[in-house]
Amino acid sequence: MGETTDCKRYKAIMIDRIERRLTLAAGALCLGGIVLFVCLAAGALLAFDEPGSAGDGALFDAYVFDAYVWRVARFTLLQASLSTILSILLAIPVARALARQPAFPGRVWIIRLMALPLGLPALVAALGLIGIWGRQGVLNTALVAIGLDQPVSIYGLSGILVAHVFFNMPLAARLMLGGLERIPGEYWLVGANLGMRPVSIFRFIEWPSIRGLLPGIAGLIFMLCATSFTLVLTLGGGPAASTIEVAIYQALRFDFDPPRAIALSLLQISVTSALLIAIRLLTPVADEGHGGGRTVRRFDGRDGFGRVGDWLVIALAVLFLALPLGSVVASGLRSDLVRLASDPVVQRALVTSVVIALVSGLLCVLSAALMIRARQAAFSPRRPLAIHRGLAAGISASSSLVLLVPPVVLGAGWFLLLRPLGDVARFAPLLVILINMLMALPFVYRVLEPAMATHTARTSRLAVSLGLGGWHRLRLIDWPGLCKPLLMALSFACALSLGDLGAVALFGSQDMVTLPWLLYSRMAGYRSTDAAGLALFLGLVCLVLTIAGTPRAGADGQRRKDVTA
Amino acid sequence: MSPPETDIALHLSDVLVQFGKTQLRFDCTIGRGQIVAVTGASGSGKSTLLNVIAGFETPDAGKVEILGENAAGRDPAERPVSVIFQEHNLFAHLDAGTNIGLGIDPALKLGVKEKAKIAAALLRVGLDGFGKRLPPTLSGGERQRVALARALVRRKPILLLDEPFAALDPGLRAGMANLLIDLHRQEGNTILIITHHPDDVRLMADSVLFLDQGRILLHEPAARFLDHTDIPAVARFLGR
Repeated sequence: MGETTDCKRYKAIMIDRIERRLTLAAGALCLGGIVLFVCLAAGALLAFDEPGSAGDGALFDAYVFDAYVWRVARFTLLQASLSTILSILLAIPVARALARQPAFPGRVWIIRLMALPLGLPALVAALGLIGIWGRQGVLNTALVAIGLDQPVSIYGLSGILVAHVFFNMPLAARLMLGGLERIPGEYWLVGANLGMRPVSIFRFIEWPSIRGLLPGIAGLIFMLCATSFTLVLTLGGGPAASTIEVAIYQALRFDFDPPRAIALSLLQISVTSALLIAIRLLTPVADEGHGGGRTVRRFDGRDGFGRVGDWLVIALAVLFLALPLGSVVASGLRSDLVRLASDPVVQRALVTSVVIALVSGLLCVLSAALMIRARQAAFSPRRPLAIHRGLAAGISASSSLVLLVPPVVLGAGWFLLLRPLGDVARFAPLLVILINMLMALPFVYRVLEPAMATHTARTSRLAVSLGLGGWHRLRLIDWPGLCKPLLMALSFACALSLGDLGAVALFGSQDMVTLPWLLYSRMAGYRSTDAAGLALFLGLVCLVLTIAGTPRAGADGQRRKDVTA
Repeated sequence: MSPPETDIALHLSDVLVQFGKTQLRFDCTIGRGQIVAVTGASGSGKSTLLNVIAGFETPDAGKVEILGENAAGRDPAERPVSVIFQEHNLFAHLDAGTNIGLGIDPALKLGVKEKAKIAAALLRVGLDGFGKRLPPTLSGGERQRVALARALVRRKPILLLDEPFAALDPGLRAGMANLLIDLHRQEGNTILIITHHPDDVRLMADSVLFLDQGRILLHEPAARFLDHTDIPAVARFLGR
């Protein structure tokens, strides 16, 4: 009796050991693949030597200090700074109004509305923004109707700013709201008991909590705006308003000027790495506000002026967000959806997009899961070997590596690397899949990591003590426990890939048209009714996938409780 | 001699507070200058009673009189009341002196005279020279003393304490209770204190409000309450 148990346990430990080695090897393989993919692209950029051009020194002389490159760099930083400042300044009153009015009708829906831009493909949002702010848009029509003939321009710097605020103001407001909702309820009671006026409440209670979040929020938004591609491409409206990413694309796709693309890529990498270091040094971004949760009793903003002001701020924010979305829906419904659906070009683009999204999503989730498992395996002995510690560190750093080299830079590197092998378009599907997979990796990692950590903490010892391992554990324990977060991560990764224009823009051709690429060509070709229909479809699919892929507040809280228990 | 009606610090008549299906009813009269212990099981309505007096909760019916004046429609800041909770009484990012200063002027416009008042209040609660310390660097007991110092500079005749010592260990509890009694003797204020400890009742209270299921079951002198073993709910509270 005792002997069989011993034997069983011994067997379990053996299985555990073999499995651990396999897991570590698989994780190392994934990490190696990712590092190789990124480094080959970076290497190609660094080592590129155009026949006929002089060595590296000449390249730097000719291009890095080129007036055009500097102008692009300056504009990139300028628009990112302005976008960040505007987003934050506008988010503060919105977050404050929402926090002060916990019983505002439809508050939960307003907060959900503010989460929508994150899941919307930039191209679709751009179309909606043009529908409102464009030359023929709602705003300018209204301005003309009341006798003003100075149209607001959506193209150029102002358009880029409007679009970036559209995406990032709600993000900032949600993060700030989270901060405000974490303020202990006693503070409001003490404030009311002491007779603080709204100004004092802002100064002594609200602002200190927002201020603590600002570095993290600003860093995040600046990073997003500095690497923004699609919005600048569609709304920039010319070389005067071009960011580094768009300039790389134009250098390769239109001017065919690889040295300039290289100079710009290196510039982009140094900008993003400086930003990443800055963000790492600043405080981490905190949780978002969810609008539900415990009731907060606040005594400010209950009467007359404050209340009306808050309602006005909330109404303006809702209009700013909802009008472009409404415009996408309205003009999408006006287009000939039936004809679009039966158009073979659209059908082929749909199939291409779905296949690319599914393959890149599956690859992404699989490699993220393997790497997370390998990281856990590396840390499972109390004193992990140095090489295992290194692997674990590499895995957690890999998501930063991906952020360091944005998709367009990655694409530029592979473009140059593959060009000697013939037509780059032949490799397009594979490259788009891999680039999309890498893009989604940091997000998928963040969704899966806590879920898998909880799962392992709950089940690993029990599984080992029962002698469960290998396939049986995967089937009986891991899949049922993890299928939900895995599917959520897949859904999110697919949404990112479906809406992406960056990678396709470089490699797209007649033979490989995805939905965003088709949408972009139709927009550029002034076939705007087609574009409207496609945008509606693409927007809906991406939103549904993103919503399905976002952990809900309750589930998250539950998980946190499980971890602490 | 003060006029007879101001001998009454608090008078609640037919006060009704409804949370969904739960109904809380309060009827009581509390004399000026008393220390009243408010006790009862959790969920019996102790905090709600204090919230109604402080103005954080608006009754659905009935009348609340504070020092002979109807409190209806008065904001928390307009009532002659200071409140101290179990925790989070101090703004964590402001130092102890500033936290006290907010009790003098909520917009924090403080002159030399006010600064002296703050220092004096810190001295009285036994925290001389702690003005520049941030709350997270203070112990739980020290933080509660700073909150008490803020109540002192506000000079409100009524002090409401919602389990102010619940997070402190027994040694500190007794120290805090004695400090509270000393200050009470100097100020002559009326104190309502929610507590779960018969020891607190024994040490401090003149009288006891005992709540059970949203009603004030008993209001009687502390000595008599401590002998009350005939009522099961009270016996349970006293641990007998």
